[in-house]
Amino acid sequence: MEEFFNFSVITDNFTHFMIGRFPHGPLGGVGLTLYLAVVSCVLSFFGGMILGLLSISRFPVIRYPALAFINLVRGMPLLMVIFWMYFLLPALFGKVAENNTVIMALTLFTSAYMSRIVVAGIEGIPKGQTEAAISTGLTSWQAMLYIVLPQGLRNMIPSFVNQFVSLIKDTSLAFIVGVSELTHVATQINNRTMAFPTEIFVFIAIVYFILCYAFTSLSRWLEQRLAWRGTV
Amino acid sequence: MLNYQFDWSIITSGKYFDWLVAGLITTLKLSAISIVLAFVLGLVIAVMRMAHNKPVRWFAHAYLEFFRNTPLLVQIFFWYFGSYKILPAVVNDWLVSTNFEFAAAVIALTIYTSAFIAEDIRSGILSIPKEQMEASRSAGFSYLRSMQYIILPQAVRITIPPLVNQFLNLAKNSSLAMTIGVMEMTYQARQVESYTFKGFEAFTAATVVYLVLSILITTLVNTYNEKVLNLHKAA
Repeated sequence: MEEFFNFSVITDNFTHFMIGRFPHGPLGGVGLTLYLAVVSCVLSFFGGMILGLLSISRFPVIRYPALAFINLVRGMPLLMVIFWMYFLLPALFGKVAENNTVIMALTLFTSAYMSRIVVAGIEGIPKGQTEAAISTGLTSWQAMLYIVLPQGLRNMIPSFVNQFVSLIKDTSLAFIVGVSELTHVATQINNRTMAFPTEIFVFIAIVYFILCYAFTSLSRWLEQRLAWRGTV
Repeated sequence: MLNYQFDWSIITSGKYFDWLVAGLITTLKLSAISIVLAFVLGLVIAVMRMAHNKPVRWFAHAYLEFFRNTPLLVQIFFWYFGSYKILPAVVNDWLVSTNFEFAAAVIALTIYTSAFIAEDIRSGILSIPKEQMEASRSAGFSYLRSMQYIILPQAVRITIPPLVNQFLNLAKNSSLAMTIGVMEMTYQARQVESYTFKGFEAFTAATVVYLVLSILITTLVNTYNEKVLNLHKAA
């Protein structure tokens, strides 16, 4: 068994797995995976908020297009969204860096899912709150912005963290357009060394697991904490 | 974009149409085989997750956490490139003698989806009142037999809507199989694009197929929820 598995391929390429060629070249590996996940998460937070609010608008002209867009994106595999972006963005805006293509695709895709979380969070706040706010003289926009959303957001936090976990896993698809995040680095090292695919893919699976499990645990902890505070 | 010539005829007839249809058939075949296997495996894991034996319960727990918290793509690569070192020689030979890309995709999709299905089934089981289990145990059924005859038949009924949604997720996730060369829907759309440079048409075709699939399945689930589960409540 000792000769059969050879984990020196991991230790030899450890920096490459973690940050790619970073100080001397572009960021890669785990560093790029986290960069893509964090940037897409922040952008899709706002995207999801906007889409969510549009999809519960009183005006059908706004509501239906928003719902159509959300369902269109949710009906597609992420890979398809990435291909669309890869193909459409250059046609519309000229040359776009691969990193940004992937961030755009992840943002669009995750925004559609986040919008459902936002709607659920808003619907979780009793209707009386909005009515009370409006009867004190706030407009419905102000009631949403100052009364409903701040309370709703607190309940959405665990779901947002779960969505971030999905994003970390989804960044692995950036591999398909040649962005050198962790999975891409792994396939490169696998192609170069040839003999250690088991070791390499088990290793990156464990790295992804550590990242995702940490945030899954955080989300569970938050859920319990927030549920407790909600009852007091 | 401005001087792009649309040519929808390439995807509605001829060789490229046949490619796309072949892709759709592969996607459906891949999803159908994987969902059946994932259901069986998910059922086993869900029952193990709730067993009284601690090591069994911990194994199921670790299984769930590990496969839910690693990307499907990495799992596909592991089974396709790396599994030969951990599988027995007999299994390896058999896998290689079949369509190995397809087999690796089925294994990865089955295991990944089973972890999600197990959680759905578990919440279905938890929704059955505890007294049902106590009653059947006191009537002389063993733990496994109570599960088999009393709890699971009721739990599965409630679990059908989330299970059908898992099938939809699986059908979408099966697009990742293109990375190891399984010629499914997304692979064929990409293929048509590289041969004809008509990416807009090719991707539209694939998108429409996925959308129709998801609208069909969502409608089915909604109807089931309204008709069957309400009936169940009233009865």
